[in-house]
Amino acid sequence: MALSSHLRSLESEGIYILREVVAEFKNPVMLYSIGKDSSVMLHLAMKAFYPAKPPFPLLHVDTTWKFREMIAFRDETAARLGMDLIVHVNEEGLARGVSPFTFGSSAYTQVMKTEGLRQALDKYKFDAAFGGARRDEERSRAKERIFSHRTTAHAWDPKNQRPELWRAFNTRIRPGESMRVFPLSNWTERDVWDYIAAENIPVVPLYFARNRPVVRRDGALIMVDDARLPLHLGEVSEMRRIRFRTLGCYPLTGAIESEADTLEAIIEEMRLSSTSERQGRLIDFDEGDSMERKKREGYF
Amino acid sequence: MSAENLGVSVETKPSLPTLRFLTCGSVDDGKSTLVGRLLYERKLIFDDQLATLERDSRKHGAVGEEIDFALLVDGLEAEREQGITIDVAYRYFATEARAFIVADSPGHEQYTRNMATGASNADLAILLVDARKGLLTQTRRHATIASLLGIRHVVLAINKMDLVDYEQSVFNRIVADFTHAAKSLQFASVAAIPISARYGDNVISQSDNMPWYSGPHLLAYLETVDVENAVSEQPMRFPVQWVNRLHPDFRGYAGMLVSGRLNVGDEIVVAASGRTSRVERIVAMDDDPTSAAAFESIVLTLADEIDISRGDVLCHPNQRPEVADQFAAHIIWMSDEKLLPGRSYFIKINGRSLAGSVTEIKYKLDVDNDAHIATKTLSLNEIGFCNIALGSSVAVDSYDANRATGGFILIDRFTNTTAGAGMIAFPLRRAKNIYLQEQLVSKAARSHIKHQQPAILWFTGLSGAGKSTIANLVEMKLLERHAHTAMLDGDNIRHGLNRDLGFTDVDRVENIRRIGEVAKLMVDAGLIVLCAFISPFRAERQMARSLVGEGEFIEIFLDTPLEVCISRDPKGLYKKALAGEIKNFTGVDQIYELPTSPELHIRFMNEKPEEIADRIIKELETRNVIHG
Repeated sequence: MALSSHLRSLESEGIYILREVVAEFKNPVMLYSIGKDSSVMLHLAMKAFYPAKPPFPLLHVDTTWKFREMIAFRDETAARLGMDLIVHVNEEGLARGVSPFTFGSSAYTQVMKTEGLRQALDKYKFDAAFGGARRDEERSRAKERIFSHRTTAHAWDPKNQRPELWRAFNTRIRPGESMRVFPLSNWTERDVWDYIAAENIPVVPLYFARNRPVVRRDGALIMVDDARLPLHLGEVSEMRRIRFRTLGCYPLTGAIESEADTLEAIIEEMRLSSTSERQGRLIDFDEGDSMERKKREGYF
Repeated sequence: MSAENLGVSVETKPSLPTLRFLTCGSVDDGKSTLVGRLLYERKLIFDDQLATLERDSRKHGAVGEEIDFALLVDGLEAEREQGITIDVAYRYFATEARAFIVADSPGHEQYTRNMATGASNADLAILLVDARKGLLTQTRRHATIASLLGIRHVVLAINKMDLVDYEQSVFNRIVADFTHAAKSLQFASVAAIPISARYGDNVISQSDNMPWYSGPHLLAYLETVDVENAVSEQPMRFPVQWVNRLHPDFRGYAGMLVSGRLNVGDEIVVAASGRTSRVERIVAMDDDPTSAAAFESIVLTLADEIDISRGDVLCHPNQRPEVADQFAAHIIWMSDEKLLPGRSYFIKINGRSLAGSVTEIKYKLDVDNDAHIATKTLSLNEIGFCNIALGSSVAVDSYDANRATGGFILIDRFTNTTAGAGMIAFPLRRAKNIYLQEQLVSKAARSHIKHQQPAILWFTGLSGAGKSTIANLVEMKLLERHAHTAMLDGDNIRHGLNRDLGFTDVDRVENIRRIGEVAKLMVDAGLIVLCAFISPFRAERQMARSLVGEGEFIEIFLDTPLEVCISRDPKGLYKKALAGEIKNFTGVDQIYELPTSPELHIRFMNEKPEEIADRIIKELETRNVIHG
């Protein structure tokens, strides 16, 4: 299907950003989180460097608590596209027994995601890392640059961001510093799904409604993805027709009850929806400005 | 893998081009409230976001029990605390007619740079005016910046009409004031709409409170306004972003077509080199297209193998850009550190970062009354009209003709921050007839007969640190070894070559620039040049370093503490400076920027000058400048 002029301009901008990084940085990497945004970003990369493959690896920071279907999809995707895939786990955190249940979502995310990411970036000395974040996701994201500078300690200083004019991106960094780059900055959730539909991009089946085992916890529907989920007193796992608008660690990701089992139905459901996609993200609600705080510390 | 997404048909979005617009105006004019209102009325605020908003409104809000829409877009913690927007926020919404990208830009004076940032990618600006206050200095300033950055369509949104009883005469007066004020600005269309962002009058529906207004409401106007500035009709420009040679049998030129149209089979010319070829293919993952339109990212192959690299601009042979290494441009300064003429910056233009400097600031613009004011520097948020010189020639258009090939950024070479943004007015042709003379005798040959490697020994440090004393001793020792030397000393140069220069930041930069150039000529002559200058700024020491070859610049930092220098005070200068009789004295009322990685760091340890000189000689032997 032909792309609308709106999607065409977003695609063109994304490809431009991807190429700019490859032209200006020595050792880029693509943060691959397996979700719909990562699927779109990876698809843009396949286009941007065609007929060659994208000249950088994929990096997945695995907390060991992702949905099983995500992991299967990740490995399948890397193999299908012939991309190098680096999987990094914060072994130190794992050894300390850090899990969503032992630590609380905020500390758990800090150790397994933020620290894990920093470890991986330091280990491979990546000087630029693509992320699939969009500005419409969250308030502090709305003000982040497309090329977002990080200090040697991976910190983001929201008050000291470089002005970004035209497409003249300032890519200069000092040794040890790095850049986070967001090719989908100007996309909305709706744009992402429209593009997935128009370009036939595969996504994790968890986005489509199916009967799945869940428990209701603090108002959220948590999928019982494996036997590690400790059931509270009186909690019973039951089958419900659910899907996910956003994917993360399964104990921290709320499902929605839905009948939407096709892309068409998902897009229609989103049109009528009265909640934002991040509503299913339990980690955003820890404290008022939790996302900005996490980002300053090096979270993506 | 999902079989679900095969064969799906999805309703297409309208094909009217996305409208990128900017909201601006003075602080408290209600920009964020307007954007919040647009999103709210379009049902683009979700329940969970609304819940957060209601909570925040009670905590930080400025409108009592009502929802404060400004809090929705004022994203960063500091902003919510201070109640002002300090950065550009981007928002997205779509209607049946069109998709919109909104840059919500700050009104506070010190953050003007952010407005320029938002304006650089916008096609239209909504200028908010508080109906009670009328046009303010800030309104005029923002209109000027919008015009300067190439925005040709303006909505003059006269807000808070509810607070002036929806009075038509207030509206008419402000419209008349703006028409007068905008006379010198280059707007193609101005639409004036009376609104109340807080109550929604004329925002997404016609207001019953202002029956005297018969024009469209704001959203209706935005949905239909035609900002198509015929970029596809402009001369074709294809700045090569990246040469794709990842595949052994493939050499493709990737980039975004920034204007015009390009067809397979077109004859093209590389603007700077004049080499020509023909477009063989436009390569795509799906089917190869036969043509490309403006703003498409493409990769193309050419019929001939010609030398092309990142930053080259491809164009049609009959519509070439200028090729120049000097041009006049408007510069908006965005750094706390002043723009200093003569200082070297990286200038990023068409993807290429070149060393360059401002050679002259013709004037700075007083945006309140269009006056031109003489100046030697530009400070944060000031706009100047300047001459710029680059290290090599590039293809350029005037910014009015092409926003992509006519815009550039200036990057601080030390901090790497984006220090300014420039819009080219016209190229300067003065350099056209001066060609570098090819020389038959080389630097290597000249130094070979002197049995030495040419070098600059750059002594830097505070006044009284011992620069001249030690440089003199080193030169004597070099002479004893039959080395060929020259000495450039701060005070002596200021009596001759640089006697027209004072001690302001601007003059200090020019002082070191001239000395650097003279030292370079002497290095070309094969000499070992000893330079003894306070040279307080890193940027200029870096500039002098960049004039000569790798290893030819030896920075010697005499790290003598200020107290020691003051106690020595060989010329009695500190005494005068401390008494306020001398201005701009390094270490007293002007800073000295410490060298970060000098070749030789001489820490103060009460060594005799003789011993220090010996250490330097040893270092020169180690570096093979002289033979042991």
